[in-house]
Amino acid sequence: MTRISLTVDGEKVADDVEPRMLLVQYLREKLGKTGTVIGCDTSNCGACTVHLDGQSVKSCNVLAVQADGAEVTTIEGLATNGQLHPVQEAFRECHGLQCGFCTPGMIMQSVDLLKNNPHPSEEEIRLGLEGNLCRCTGYHNIVKAVQYAAAQDSSSVSGASEGVTA
Amino acid sequence: MTATQDAPAPQLEIGRDRRRKEDQRLITGRTRWTDNLTLPGMLHLAMVRSPHAHANITSIDVSAANAMTNVVDVFTGKDFGEELGVCINAWPITPDQVTPVHSPMPADRVAFAGEIVAVVVARTAAEARDAAELVDVEYDELPAALDLKESASDTVLAHPDAGTNKSALWVFDSKEAGTGGDVEEAIAKARTDGIVIEREYRQQRLIPAFMEPRSVVVDPTGEQYTMWSATQIPHILRFALAATTGVPESKIRVIAPDVGGGFGGKLQVTPEEWIAWAVGRRIGKPVKYTETRSESLLSAHHGRDQWQKLTLAAEKDGRVTGFKVELLADLGAYVAIVGGGVPVLGAFMFNSIYKFPAYHFACQTVLTNKTWTDAYRGAGRPEATYGVERIMDELAAEVGVDPMEIRVMNWIKHEEFPFTTVAGMQYDSGNYEAATEKAMAMFGYDELRAEQKQRRDSNDPVQLGIGISTFTEMCGLAPSRVLGSLDYGAGGWEHASVRMLATGKVEVITGASAHGQGHETAFSQIVADRLGVAFEDVEVLHGDTQVAHKGLDTYGSRSLVVGGEALVKAADKVIEKARPVAAHLLEASVDDIEFSSGRFSVRGTDQGMAIGEIATAVFAAHNLPDGMEPSLDSDATYDPVNFSFPHGTHLCAMEVDTETGALKMRKYTCVDDIGNIINPLIVSGQVHGGLVQGIAQALWEEAVYDDAGTLVSGSFVDYLLPTAADTISFDIGHTTSPSTTNTLGTKGVGEAGTIASTPAVVNAVVDAVRHLGVTDITMPCTPERVWRAVNKSGGGGAEPTEESAMPHFVEGALNQDAGETGEGGDL
Repeated sequence: MTRISLTVDGEKVADDVEPRMLLVQYLREKLGKTGTVIGCDTSNCGACTVHLDGQSVKSCNVLAVQADGAEVTTIEGLATNGQLHPVQEAFRECHGLQCGFCTPGMIMQSVDLLKNNPHPSEEEIRLGLEGNLCRCTGYHNIVKAVQYAAAQDSSSVSGASEGVTA
Repeated sequence: MTATQDAPAPQLEIGRDRRRKEDQRLITGRTRWTDNLTLPGMLHLAMVRSPHAHANITSIDVSAANAMTNVVDVFTGKDFGEELGVCINAWPITPDQVTPVHSPMPADRVAFAGEIVAVVVARTAAEARDAAELVDVEYDELPAALDLKESASDTVLAHPDAGTNKSALWVFDSKEAGTGGDVEEAIAKARTDGIVIEREYRQQRLIPAFMEPRSVVVDPTGEQYTMWSATQIPHILRFALAATTGVPESKIRVIAPDVGGGFGGKLQVTPEEWIAWAVGRRIGKPVKYTETRSESLLSAHHGRDQWQKLTLAAEKDGRVTGFKVELLADLGAYVAIVGGGVPVLGAFMFNSIYKFPAYHFACQTVLTNKTWTDAYRGAGRPEATYGVERIMDELAAEVGVDPMEIRVMNWIKHEEFPFTTVAGMQYDSGNYEAATEKAMAMFGYDELRAEQKQRRDSNDPVQLGIGISTFTEMCGLAPSRVLGSLDYGAGGWEHASVRMLATGKVEVITGASAHGQGHETAFSQIVADRLGVAFEDVEVLHGDTQVAHKGLDTYGSRSLVVGGEALVKAADKVIEKARPVAAHLLEASVDDIEFSSGRFSVRGTDQGMAIGEIATAVFAAHNLPDGMEPSLDSDATYDPVNFSFPHGTHLCAMEVDTETGALKMRKYTCVDDIGNIINPLIVSGQVHGGLVQGIAQALWEEAVYDDAGTLVSGSFVDYLLPTAADTISFDIGHTTSPSTTNTLGTKGVGEAGTIASTPAVVNAVVDAVRHLGVTDITMPCTPERVWRAVNKSGGGGAEPTEESAMPHFVEGALNQDAGETGEGGDL
């Protein structure tokens, strides 16, 4: 067992974990952060995407011990003071989800994409979300949601992710 | 709520693009997937699966696994008796169907790679998986029936005791049925003085690949056994558990919490559910099993997998005189819950929107040693639509006219509805002309044809093709009498309850079980309009047999057209119960009470009460008409009188690089007539998602087995699910011919996109290179297949898909580990 300490959705946490434990397992099984989900075992689907020190990662592709000392933001920490993040709002507004299983990862990846490129073209959005699979929407309304979020106040979009973990 | 008769009519909810009620919890991670559940003392299961497609189990040694710390127990098929139950087939398509017994965990013989032979119970999922690796199973391998056509000839038997692989032959003939002429006569005549088109098409094997892996939790600790499952069919699951495991139905509660997609793939009763049930009961503790994605691709049922032999007879001008369909359908190792019923659903759809005078359909279902197959979005109808829409294009090419002309010549004209088809279906409404006209205008059909001609004339290396699919489908499964006549094991009704709460809020209970569609939103809109209450005041409950005690669940685009109609009927009963209360409280005659926009009023006066006020008065029950039961709550069970028949015109433009075989979708336009629309936003989502699943069959997806019967596309690395970067945005539109068989005039939209799009795409690809002598490209139309077809190398691209472009396990392959043995290939 290895001792890790980290900040998850603004809360300081510490646990003894097996070295082989994945970050996604740590989030789900130890912290009960079941908003982050597991959709595959080959890091293809992106359903488990979270932010690690402000960058999107597939949490099935990171060991919990690698997150020692880091700040992690999950879908559950994206809204601030009861206010949805603009990207969350955009997914609802544009019907960018159906079953919602890919949605946590899709939203976390979209937030990251917009942080790096606040006004992406459709092609840039599609390439930026290539690592996240969705079986319901055909991506059409997911792309629309990212465009919608980009068209909102861009400062709130790019600033919110840091705001949560700070 | 309107206070007086002068107030403006409130905006109707039906037709509004309401944002979904479901979304708040889904976008914030506040979800209840089955795998999220943790119960006190809960144990975890891991399955040991056969690596062989067909083998006798000679021994299973569980001692090493059992000795592991934190392992509670290990079970094999021998450890259970009849309480393990069996996985059922609900639709024996013929009385003499060969249906091998499907034990969830066979003790003696495995019939496909991935079949479960042992289950480990441990304190954590990781420890269970570790221990599963230590279960030592000895097999005696048997020859495996793998190729569908070969299996149909019984050279190798998938189940030796059955004596044959041929499970059932289901036949419909229009002459015998009295719905049309003799197809053989039509073909014979066409051979002498008309056109006969003969084609064989392959419907490759697909995997539904819902995003949420299947998961099941069993809690045996209460008075009732509770099962949570990622299923589309909690009610059918409950019935089947009772019917096969000896537990009374009244002692079983099944809950489908948030379910992450299904597409038919969770329309199943599974070995994993049955094993978790048996283990939970045996151990007396809550247990959970969640599959890995690889297990899901390997063992959750697959879809499609047919050979279609088609013979189309026509006059020289292209007027079709007969259509003969001979199918071989791969069931896989067992006959699944719908099983052979899936291809049989296609029997009613191969004639599609056309007036074929003679029709013959025969489907031979075949057992093989592969993963079982069952419903996948569209279930029988995509296969039929593909066959007919591909061959209509071939007919057009033979006659030498635009493929749309052939369709117009043969389709049912709008003034001919209602129309009884050669397959015996009565189409209630439709307007193919209107949908087609609108689609062609949106698409820019003439401009794209002009560009196609210009590219052909200039011998452009990138050619343009235009694909058409004018489809119809049958949805709203199903009138119970029809199901009975087809020997289906259940009815097709749906149930709904409307509960009027004391505070005027409304609880709606539906037997339909959503798994991503948005029932909570759309059903709220229907009830809000019907009862005249606020959209926000309606709560839709579903998916728990203790709440929604009765239902037949969600599949076959049935929730709205069957379940929605049940809701309407239940709501109407509430209004009729409230009417005498209103009369009593308003001191008027019942005959003078009018109900409109949520308000009961006395005709000719300004006196009135809102339905919520009546609900409060009934709750108090202080002052009700004599003898009245103090309740407005109402139930309705609705059995549809007919299917509904959405239709549409889909147009696709594909660019084909003739030098490389690369494909690019340029444009996709569809105009669907799905009757009245409850929520256009939800409809658009259903169409987009459906389109991509159908397009994916045309271009990317295939479950591929090697010659040992191993699924080599057994992970998301190998099974090619499209990404955002592979797809485009779509132009969708609608025309509206309300269905005449339900009061809402709705038809159903869940499967339309998938059914229509596959042939539109392949027709476009073939159209782009037809002038180069190409008449067909096998799905999925990979760049390699397209290139081979264009270059006439190796049979026009009809070879089976390569097992793997980069062999994984071959000695000397690049991915072999050179470290320990030093035998790896040089890089």
